[in-house]
Amino acid sequence: MNTMNMRDEPLVYELSRVGRTGCSLPKSDVPEYQVPGDLVREELDLPELDELTVVRHFTRLSQKNFSIDTEFYPLGSCTMKYNPKVNEVAASNPGWKNLHPLVGDEYAQGALELIWRLQEGLREVGGFAAASLQPAAGAHGEFSGVLMIRAALRERGDRARKKMLIPDSAHGTNPASCTMAGFVTQTVPSGQDGNIDMAALRAALDETVAGIMITNPNTLGLFERNIEEICRLVHEAGGYVYGDGANMNALTGVFRPGSSGVDVMHFNLHKTFSTPHGGGGPGAGMVAANETLASYLPGPIAVRHKSGYTLEMPPKSIGRMKAFYGNFGVLVRAYSYLLMTGANGLRRVAENAVLNANYLKSLVEGVYPVPYKRNCMHEFVAKGTVAAGVHTLDIAKRLIDYGFHPPTIYFPLIVQEALMIEPTETESKDTLDLYADALKRIAGEAASQPELLHDAPHGAPVGRLDEVMAARCPILCYRG
Amino acid sequence: MPFVPNTDAERAEMLRAVGASSVEELFSDIPEHLHIKGLDLPDGISEIEALNEVDSLAERNVQTKKMDWFLGAGAYYDYIPAAVPALAGRGEFLTAYTPYQPEVSQGTLQAIFEYQSMAAKLLGMSVVNASHYDGATALAEAVLMAWKARDGRNRILLPRELHPEYAQVIETYCTSFDIEFVRYGGAPENAPIDDKTAAIVIAYPNFSGEIYPVKKAADRAHEAGALCIVQADPLMCALMKSPGEQGADIVTAEGQSLGNPLNFGGPYLGIMGTTDALVRRMPGRIVGETKDKNGKRGFVLTLSTREQHIRREKAVSNICSNQGLSMLQTCIYLATLGKQGLREIARQSYDKAHYAAELIGGIPGYSVRSSQFFREFLVETPRAAAQIVRALGQRGIVPGFALSRYYPDRRNELLICVTEMNTRTQIERLAAALREASR
Repeated sequence: MNTMNMRDEPLVYELSRVGRTGCSLPKSDVPEYQVPGDLVREELDLPELDELTVVRHFTRLSQKNFSIDTEFYPLGSCTMKYNPKVNEVAASNPGWKNLHPLVGDEYAQGALELIWRLQEGLREVGGFAAASLQPAAGAHGEFSGVLMIRAALRERGDRARKKMLIPDSAHGTNPASCTMAGFVTQTVPSGQDGNIDMAALRAALDETVAGIMITNPNTLGLFERNIEEICRLVHEAGGYVYGDGANMNALTGVFRPGSSGVDVMHFNLHKTFSTPHGGGGPGAGMVAANETLASYLPGPIAVRHKSGYTLEMPPKSIGRMKAFYGNFGVLVRAYSYLLMTGANGLRRVAENAVLNANYLKSLVEGVYPVPYKRNCMHEFVAKGTVAAGVHTLDIAKRLIDYGFHPPTIYFPLIVQEALMIEPTETESKDTLDLYADALKRIAGEAASQPELLHDAPHGAPVGRLDEVMAARCPILCYRG
Repeated sequence: MPFVPNTDAERAEMLRAVGASSVEELFSDIPEHLHIKGLDLPDGISEIEALNEVDSLAERNVQTKKMDWFLGAGAYYDYIPAAVPALAGRGEFLTAYTPYQPEVSQGTLQAIFEYQSMAAKLLGMSVVNASHYDGATALAEAVLMAWKARDGRNRILLPRELHPEYAQVIETYCTSFDIEFVRYGGAPENAPIDDKTAAIVIAYPNFSGEIYPVKKAADRAHEAGALCIVQADPLMCALMKSPGEQGADIVTAEGQSLGNPLNFGGPYLGIMGTTDALVRRMPGRIVGETKDKNGKRGFVLTLSTREQHIRREKAVSNICSNQGLSMLQTCIYLATLGKQGLREIARQSYDKAHYAAELIGGIPGYSVRSSQFFREFLVETPRAAAQIVRALGQRGIVPGFALSRYYPDRRNELLICVTEMNTRTQIERLAAALREASR
């Protein structure tokens, strides 16, 4: 914790001094031309800083962050695994960095081949017929997938099917993506064992059903044991099955969702395939589909011919999800990771992710109640109900004082005081032991010195922030 | 196996603690017949081999730096100061998550707040969000936002000369809703705004490089009860009036040219800004300033009740991941260049483009079709522009974008882009090569 920068850091505008600049440009070697009078801009309120001030400012800001490179970061369903440095080197080649998206296929054969190879590799991992790398994020992949379902239903003449089923443990993006595709959502409850309640599912399957969105393993970290039965029932009712691949890290090389009946699915390359989260993005949300839906994939996608590679729209494509071809720089990183892990490595990833989660669960479940008595997959959900008057939020903030990033909290919504913990395969047993020790010590403090938790964190650059004030009287822009 | 630290001995110890006899036992919830034997992929390779493989693919692409580069059309080959990637690439930024735990994310949060502030001032808006996937998706979300904000109005006016890929993305995003798109040509103030119009979209400049002032169209939209959305070139706003000062309600922009490499089309930066009146309808993450319990300044994600993780199906958008690192690159870029540097880059781009247009306009057979432009202009060519592009490519010159790629019937139109990266010598070489190509 003492590695964090505790000093106040002024804003760039507060560091600004009239007349400074942080860059040197060549002198213009052409004549000056007049800007039309009605278009001339008078004021430009940007800061003025020298380069060293910029470097110190952003270096100091970086030191106010927790990150995978500095701390254990076991956020459930976020898969904060190590982001290999080699990925950054691979992506920094000028042949990628300076490649213009409209340069023409003949000038970009290397890029098109990389896209094609990654499409093929990910398609194989998921067990699907084809893949598109267009989507820029997981939610963008979901939006693509539900639009594909919509297009297929319309082609069948099934315009009345508007109902998408969503388990109560699903991420918020699932229902939000459905709304953007014009569907209405119906929640399906989970049963006693943490899986989808099959009786409730059967009852929900009527002639208005468009499909279901399933995260497997679900956000409780539990494998949907009835996955084949679920897919069969939904198909029989005339709907399609969307697979949310947020938790694919548990399954690579062990199980292929496409083989269980899932029709269309996204992977988060920034989770399973080790590309960095970057403080919020950019991600990449490849979407893949079986034979039934492959022709609706967003495009363009890379196609291999004898003479080389081209970019083409799938025959019944839902269209473009963004300009150009996806978050290409992220795709290069994911491809480098795929090369280094390969078939054998991907299986080891899933095995170790699942072993790490079960091991950590075994260390803490005597103190933090775990509501579902099953082996977990890559993550587990425990309850922060360790002492009266102490909440999960207090435990999370106290973990910061021990030098650990808190787990995901209060999610999924169906577990009270939830702590959702995903260690990932890249953490060592030593780290897991230390984390479990910290959680146990905090449980002890919760009983003996609860104020330590209520006031936490004590050693962060700022204390708990007033979020109500931030929302009530928003200050969203520097007012100097 | 790289990136997995535990040894076989440690794994055995952990299995004992779990009470399982093998790792396979942990996967017993997966029906037996669905376990796969192995993936049909090669086994993993070493770092040296992987890098060789990726580099050999990269070498099969054109080496942009060795060419005289005049291709833009929505993605720009601009200079990125060395400090930008050096700082944005720091592991503490690169490998952090979305700043949901603000006490240990003040670095990311303050940087976003600074980005929001600089971008808002550049575009002349009161608030800018923490980014969309790119300029096209930002514009598509702006269209949906305006349509929802103007209940009962289903018409959106789009310029005919909007980047074709942006128009396609809008079509995909809006496909499930009852929205009527009407395309208009020429000056936006002459567009058919009526009482069914939810919003007019103005491209500033448009795909052909032409700049139409926004003010009159914005006033007309407001008189008719409609909103004014402007898709802007953010660098142009350093030199010319911002959309905000001309009355725009929502501004979107592609921020790639402000500090992000070309990267074959992504990751880029979707910028979106709006007014105080519309902020609670805006999608995307937003950072706000607040205080901690000791009165110390700090930053948090705010107005979250708009978002999917709180509001689920009632959220204003499904967006979750943003383009955090691209936004950070732009933040550092703007701080490094500052007021003078950004103005100078915009100024040089403007001057060099106008110098190029003057030379090319003087070549028999060529005529410059843009009247007011920033750094990109449309030229009518004496023979098929695609042929000219091919011919000059062999001589190390990428002269621009042949419009026939998007519009097969616009054969003789070439969109030429000139940036601060181009020298006078390159521009003169381009003009000479175009003269030769006309023969």
